[in-house]
Amino acid sequence: MERQKRSYPIDSRFCFIVNVFLSLTMIDILKQPWPWYIAGPLIGLTVPTLLILGNKSFGISASLRHICAACLPGKIPFFQYNWKKEAWNLFFVLGILLGGIVAILFLANPNPVIVNSNLKAELATYGITNYNSLVPVDIFNWSTLFTLKGFLLMVVGGFLVGFGTRYAGGCTSGHAITGLSTLQWPSLVATVCFMLGGFLMANLILPFILSL
Amino acid sequence: MPESIEKNTDFEVRSLDTICINESETTQPWYHLLKYTLIGLLFGILFVKAEIISWFRIQEMFRLQSFHMYGVIGSAVITGAISVWLIKKFKIKTLQGESIIFHPKAFNKGQVYGGLLFGLGWAITGACPGPLYAQIGIGSTVIIITLLSAIAGTWVYGSIREKLPH
Repeated sequence: MERQKRSYPIDSRFCFIVNVFLSLTMIDILKQPWPWYIAGPLIGLTVPTLLILGNKSFGISASLRHICAACLPGKIPFFQYNWKKEAWNLFFVLGILLGGIVAILFLANPNPVIVNSNLKAELATYGITNYNSLVPVDIFNWSTLFTLKGFLLMVVGGFLVGFGTRYAGGCTSGHAITGLSTLQWPSLVATVCFMLGGFLMANLILPFILSL
Repeated sequence: MPESIEKNTDFEVRSLDTICINESETTQPWYHLLKYTLIGLLFGILFVKAEIISWFRIQEMFRLQSFHMYGVIGSAVITGAISVWLIKKFKIKTLQGESIIFHPKAFNKGQVYGGLLFGLGWAITGACPGPLYAQIGIGSTVIIITLLSAIAGTWVYGSIREKLPH
């Protein structure tokens, strides 16, 4: 090996260049939005990963319940349980937040978000034209928070997410992914209702909120 | 306090909830939980890069303007189902050597009412609970308010749940 390297110096240099080139393209590829057929199976694999790591059922909305139980349980029986036994869930969601930071620092997509042209045309009528972030900064920002529109979008929207997921006993991860993966029909009912609510809001109610 | 737990038939409540029943028998020091932070971190990157946390993607989904989210959720469920099937078939154990337990969910009306309410919220915020954390991570600091509001929603549910139809 040693001798080979010395006799063909150009070869190792060439290898080095190819390597750098490959890793740069690799990062470039990672910076592009990842397709569904990569993302979906990886999300699906979270289910067995958490089970094998420590018998944990993949579910995220429960973290909201644990935060309530840890911070302000009051005298509410629903929050009287040993949340410390579920602390893994809080460590997990902390990781998701950190993942967002890593993704934006090192793997940020340099291009604007690609969005369906019909949707773009519709959103333009509400003054949403900024596609630099995955969260539309035109409507989700600190100054719109104090308008009726911002209040409905951020405060009421968030409330519905927290109230609804707990009432339903899970969210997209707990019901749609874990529940359907383990073939539980109540989770199918819940998932169908999530979609129904979403269709109703996006097509019939949200247009009014966005035109406020 | 333990009395109130028993009085509240909380075991039923917990069977409706995926979480709060995953009690590993082996106790390990807290830093073992950091492995979940690592999984969460990879998951968060995936959330951002596959645009699952994108408000625009959620709007496209609910307007049938893109296959992306259907592809993500559909292939996630298929992969999850195959994995669960394999775990059951080969009786795969956890790293600590425990048998893997699956908790069946009982049906209750909450899945319908709560499901509809969550669906409404999902289409407004463009995020389910997981993406909320990642949205804060990518620098949308105002989403902290949405998250706090979601925590408040959970709290209000907890305080009035006895009066709600289940």
